[in-house]
Amino acid sequence: MKLRVLFFAYLRERCGREAEVDAPAGASVGDVWALLRVRYPMLDDVSIRFAVNRVYVDKAHRLQDNDELALIPPVSGGI
Amino acid sequence: MYLVTKDPIDLSAVLREVSHPGAGGITLFVGTTRDENDGRRVERLEYEAYEDMAVAEMRAIGEAMRRRWGLLAVAMVHRIGVVPIADASVAVAVAAPHRDEAFAACRFGIDTLKAQVPIWKKEFYADGSRWIGACAVHEHRDEGA
Repeated sequence: MKLRVLFFAYLRERCGREAEVDAPAGASVGDVWALLRVRYPMLDDVSIRFAVNRVYVDKAHRLQDNDELALIPPVSGGI
Repeated sequence: MYLVTKDPIDLSAVLREVSHPGAGGITLFVGTTRDENDGRRVERLEYEAYEDMAVAEMRAIGEAMRRRWGLLAVAMVHRIGVVPIADASVAVAVAAPHRDEAFAACRFGIDTLKAQVPIWKKEFYADGSRWIGACAVHEHRDEGA
């Protein structure tokens, strides 16, 4: 299945704004995170959160074809 | 009103948005950009947002506030892009029948926005820049500075 992966803030500066990823059917967010870390060795930050189709999820969340997976580094709005 | 905008925040419009005939009070929190952080002089600030999700998260926070405190109206606006020092970067306004609920809900709103809404601040100094919220390894120092 194909996924659209979005990067923000310092992750965007390192990895680009977005990428397309091919993942096995039924893959979880954690599975895709492992794939991404191979493609982008600079992705080492354990404090990253994940959102699928603009909703926060955990690593066990199962992805569907054409999902939008966003890597959310620690947020700092409002100040 | 739940909005992410590149334009200056119109505080009068935010207040108009929450005006309500049943309201006994409106609280408005305005977050403004500082020229100093951790002892370093900030020359410029930029905010970046995951815009669609930021608006959805603000709406979810606002709806939770309405239910918990029985609010009549909520507005949240965050500015992105370059925000000049001392300008408003964020505004949270709530209207409630009584002031206790208005103050409590507004405080909850800005605190939750800061913790949940996918928006990021980058500070620029004379000798480099830094994404706030990230750890120090994401700091960039200009060559030769």
